[in-house]
Amino acid sequence: MTETQELEQLVQREYKYGFTTDIEQEIIPPGLDEDVVRMISAKKNEPEFMLDWRLSAFRHWQTMTEPEWAHVHYPKIDYQALSYYAAPKSQEELDADAPESLDEVDPKLLETYEKLGIPLHERAVLAGVKGANVAVDAVFDSVSVTTTFKDKLAEAGVIFCSFSEAVENHPELIKKYLGTVVPKGDNYFAALNSAVFSDGSFVYVPKGVKCPMELSTYFRINAKNTGQFERTLIIAEEGASVSYLEGCTAPQRDENQLHAAVVELVALDDAEIKYSTVQNWYPGDEEGKGGIYNFVTKRGDARGDRSKITWTQVEAGSAITWKYPSCILRGDDSVGEFYSVAVGNNYQQIDSGTKMIHLGKRTRSTIVSKGISAGRAENAYRGLVHIGKTATDARNFTQCDSLLIGDKCGAHTFPYVEAKNSTAQIEHEATTSKVSDDQMFYLRSRGLSEEDAMNMVVNGFCKDVFNELPMEFAVEAQALLAVSLEGSVG
Amino acid sequence: MALLEIKNLHAEIEGKEILKGINLTVNAGEVHAIMGPNGSGKSTLCHVLGGREGYEVTQGTITFDGHDLLEMETEERAIAGMLLGFQHPVEIPGVKNIYLLKEALNAKREAQGLDEVDTFTFMKQVRELVASMDMDDAFLHRGVNAGFSGGEKKRNEILQMLLLEPKLALLDETDSGLDIDALKVVSEGINRMRGEERGIILVTHYQRLLNYVEPDFVHVLYKGKIIKSGDKTLAHRLEAEGYQEILEEAS
Ligand SMILES: Nc1ncnc2c1ncn2[C@@H]1O[C@H](COP(=O)(O)OP(=O)(O)OP(=O)(O)O)[C@@H](O)[C@H]1O
Ligand SMILES: [Mg+2]
Repeated sequence: MTETQELEQLVQREYKYGFTTDIEQEIIPPGLDEDVVRMISAKKNEPEFMLDWRLSAFRHWQTMTEPEWAHVHYPKIDYQALSYYAAPKSQEELDADAPESLDEVDPKLLETYEKLGIPLHERAVLAGVKGANVAVDAVFDSVSVTTTFKDKLAEAGVIFCSFSEAVENHPELIKKYLGTVVPKGDNYFAALNSAVFSDGSFVYVPKGVKCPMELSTYFRINAKNTGQFERTLIIAEEGASVSYLEGCTAPQRDENQLHAAVVELVALDDAEIKYSTVQNWYPGDEEGKGGIYNFVTKRGDARGDRSKITWTQVEAGSAITWKYPSCILRGDDSVGEFYSVAVGNNYQQIDSGTKMIHLGKRTRSTIVSKGISAGRAENAYRGLVHIGKTATDARNFTQCDSLLIGDKCGAHTFPYVEAKNSTAQIEHEATTSKVSDDQMFYLRSRGLSEEDAMNMVVNGFCKDVFNELPMEFAVEAQALLAVSLEGSVG
Repeated sequence: MALLEIKNLHAEIEGKEILKGINLTVNAGEVHAIMGPNGSGKSTLCHVLGGREGYEVTQGTITFDGHDLLEMETEERAIAGMLLGFQHPVEIPGVKNIYLLKEALNAKREAQGLDEVDTFTFMKQVRELVASMDMDDAFLHRGVNAGFSGGEKKRNEILQMLLLEPKLALLDETDSGLDIDALKVVSEGINRMRGEERGIILVTHYQRLLNYVEPDFVHVLYKGKIIKSGDKTLAHRLEAEGYQEILEEAS
């Protein structure tokens, strides 16, 4: 066996989170029409304005066609065959509010999160076990199970709750900000999400407040044949700052499942939002069967002067990832950053990147994208840097690196630049490299196992991005990468 | 028992035979120099001893410290106490030198049933070694060999050797590309490794290294075979006369 074949074997991953929670669920029948939209809205006790908003999104979606420009291939999705709402029965019985204490949460759900290593017990967290100083919102299929540390956050004036609760308790904020970054008709998947989204997280950090803890949402898809459509909205008022992380997993199933999320970020003057993702949806098996279709619209509006939005993502899972976290740099001197590691193995397909839309003066953006392809994976970086007429003295730096493991995978880069202002300074660097036999031999000759050697090379390649993750999650990300590239040697 | 015993070693790469019957015995405490014209198979021998993929051993045996070397993976050989100093050390961007040193040391310690080295002791030891190699601490925090000059890479190989304290060090042209001062520093490092319980094989083209590190034996490798062996005077002869005469003598 050649070194290359061995490397390929080495990267055969095992998915650790593929278990299913056997829990009684309320799942509405498959199909999508206005009645379904109304039903979802009714289940959530939503006010009139939300239902209207959903319906208009739905009507718009019906006029749209699914985009085909991405460098991904998949059979046509039958949107009528999906179910658009699934919730654990036990959760359903507690009205629309998320449970007040963990005692009310179904033990099976708690067990699920325990298995996933997500800390939901505040006491345990405070005792300093895992996840100290992180508040968690846990979303299971279409509903939020619980949100930790709400009280502590409330003392600081920070609102952190499920989207449904926010609609109920803070409708004025929802009305003011929902859809202002990603309009409901923005694109096919965003429109679909706007019509049927079920839950997600809401964060509001008032003027001048630095959020005292890391916030995180943990998304879990469990039910079969359902789509997950979550929606997250984060608002940082003048001078506020917050760091937020989302994690995601799903059971191992033979069918593909659709996940179409929308995330909107709003940063006012001098505000700072750091949004990190560790995405580990089920990627499908070695033959490419099953896995999540991850079609996501994420956009941050650096609305205020000197505001800053940072996207950091580690994309390891999903059968198909279609995702371009973007920044609209509207405020003068605002800053947008995108740091990404995307790993594709087996038959995974990734088309991801970012858009930096420079509108304000002296706006700056940085893009660092690290794509790793193994097996037969196809990994594409797609980025747009747009410098508007008004954006004098804007600057962008893009670094786009691809690492290939084996010789059946592919890496592609599609960098687009539109500069409408001649004062712009734009720099682009791109490299493609392989985990070479020389590197493997060198490290192994120092006593490292094949796996450790490979992880070392890959981690080194990703270092610039890992450095951007909150400390605790950087460790998690490295471990995830190790798992993703783990397999049977020899 | 010999530390390393190579018997009738034949090896090929991509169907082409490069090593054509090598016999070599290295005992603990000895320093052997292997010389020979370009392309004669010196690096190939090092790679085969290191267990690199792609080389096929078609005949012969190698025992190392009582183990059947050919049955062992590269990392097992390292852990058993073999260290290969590369002619062309490869760059591994983003992986801090200090991190590799620590992982390598811990891999060895783990195999010996020892705990991971504690950071304080480790840093102290590494700093001393770095200073002894006339290197700057900054090297520890750069990517492994990334952007290192040729000479810096070679010093780094010796640094690793000093830390890992192998039973057998196989140094492939560690002296090539060194300036005069660096040659001295590297030689001193090698001499520090010299000892009763250790064997050293130096692959070199030049007498100047051997002026500092006096070999017990010198071998001439030519077209995949050791065609002549002798003591250190053989190297002097080569330096003075070149290969031609010795090749003719041998044939
Ligand atoms: N992958 C390969 N395929 C075919 N021939 C190879 C391959 N690798 C090495 N060789 C050949 O093997 C022979 C021995 O090479 P080797 O690198 O061992 O020589 P060397 O003695 O170390 O030379 P130098 O003094 O120049 O370092 C050379 O003729 C070389 O071209
Ligand atoms: Mg050589």
